[in-house]
Amino acid sequence: MSRKQIVILGAGTGGTMTANRLRRRFDPDEAEIHVIDRDDRHVYQPGLLFVPFGLAQVEEIVRPRRRQLRNGVVFHQNEVEEVWIERDEMLLDDGTVLPYDVLVVATGVRLQPEETEGMTGAGWNERVFTFYDPEGAEALRGALERFDGGRLVVNLVDMPIKCPVAPLEFAFLADWHLRERGVRHRTELVYATPLDGAFTKPIASEHLAGLLTEKEIELVTEFNAGEVDGIGGTLTSYDGRELDFDLLVTIPLHGGAPYVERSPGLGDALGFVPTDKRTLQTPAKPNVFALGDATDLPTSKAGSVTHFEAEVLTENIARYLADRELDADYDGHANCFIETGFHKALLIDFNYETEPLPGHFPTVFGLPLLRESRLNHLGKLAFQWVYWHALLPGREIPGIGPAMPTAGKKRTPVHT
Amino acid sequence: MTMTPIADAPVDVDAEGFLTDPEQWNERIAQSIAAGNGVPELTDRHWLVVTFMRERYLATGTAPSIRSLGKESGVPIKELYQLFPKGPAKLAAKIGGIPKPKGCI
Repeated sequence: MSRKQIVILGAGTGGTMTANRLRRRFDPDEAEIHVIDRDDRHVYQPGLLFVPFGLAQVEEIVRPRRRQLRNGVVFHQNEVEEVWIERDEMLLDDGTVLPYDVLVVATGVRLQPEETEGMTGAGWNERVFTFYDPEGAEALRGALERFDGGRLVVNLVDMPIKCPVAPLEFAFLADWHLRERGVRHRTELVYATPLDGAFTKPIASEHLAGLLTEKEIELVTEFNAGEVDGIGGTLTSYDGRELDFDLLVTIPLHGGAPYVERSPGLGDALGFVPTDKRTLQTPAKPNVFALGDATDLPTSKAGSVTHFEAEVLTENIARYLADRELDADYDGHANCFIETGFHKALLIDFNYETEPLPGHFPTVFGLPLLRESRLNHLGKLAFQWVYWHALLPGREIPGIGPAMPTAGKKRTPVHT
Repeated sequence: MTMTPIADAPVDVDAEGFLTDPEQWNERIAQSIAAGNGVPELTDRHWLVVTFMRERYLATGTAPSIRSLGKESGVPIKELYQLFPKGPAKLAAKIGGIPKPKGCI
């Protein structure tokens, strides 16, 4: 085939992995691979959870984006102004018009705290914090150090959010942290969620609600935050319920990257990119693909999802360029460690059809599922090394493939 | 899933009273469900939302979230809560005769 130009938007987990996998797959004379990102800071996002507790430093979890890309991948540090999918080209902020044969959207999400009334007003980063970006996580660390009791409210404003278990993990770790510091007995810890339970999936939701009770964390459900008063310390829901706080840890609304909304026909009303849940091709145009948090897929916005998608995506791009039918199939596989404090963690593993079940991963001799264990905590810690050294470079990780394993699960998953 | 008569029409509903087959729906059923769920009268604003929900579901297979409703239906979120107390997306889905919206994951 003639030399193709593949352009990948975003050099986070999905973009980096895809670029590296494609670079290995194609000779330099078969494909040119370009990656575009607005900055050169690749954040190991699972590490953000630990920053507020002083268990990780921001500089330990941030590395240059370009250094994670293989030789032969061209990195551009630019904002994307607009993608013109009809013309197979895009406009960058320096005026460059970049054409492509294949486009991969991997720009993740952006946080939109300003979309909730009052949130970024007075009190923002004083009494109201988010740990979903490095600056917020760092600011929250200071506030937690100074926290001497009172009401700490953890609230996710609305789904979808990145890593739906992270707010729960934050509550568990806050409980542990405050106990260690001897101020837990004068702290009311509240977990407020718009969901009707602790989590989205019934069996895991029950387990996690049990953990909240055990740790004396109050669960407030179906709470749709509409307004924040950062001076008075009140969070009000759309149906008029009020939660008082001394410290509010919020997970703000999420939307897609700004250029997605500016690009005709690419995204939905929230800036997410409609994407085929099996092939990862977009209905916008056959040569446009998407993965990771940027998509509208009905699965978690999480690194594990992006990892499994990247394998399928690489195969499908190769098929598309060879004029073959796309048949690589993503099953919605996700898997997440859930830190529960006291050096323990839970592990959950699921896909589009199968909710998280108890058992072991990936086989009966593996890590315990849906149960607190030290082994899972060590697994979570070890994962950072795996991320930089195996996952991003696009190496295979033994035993962890895109298809969800069923061997160790306690109930035989039923595929519908 | 059970079969139950609403407004004299036999319809299939789930445990929480959501219709499982949108084809069985009609406006009288909508009014009857609304009345039973704290919305005594369906105004034009209610119908705007219910129709939007239903059309979106029939076209895409998924019901819009409360945020998309607020952005796209022309009715702001605050008003949605006044029209459909507690959970606008869920209640509008129920009244519109479409299955219960699946929470995001």
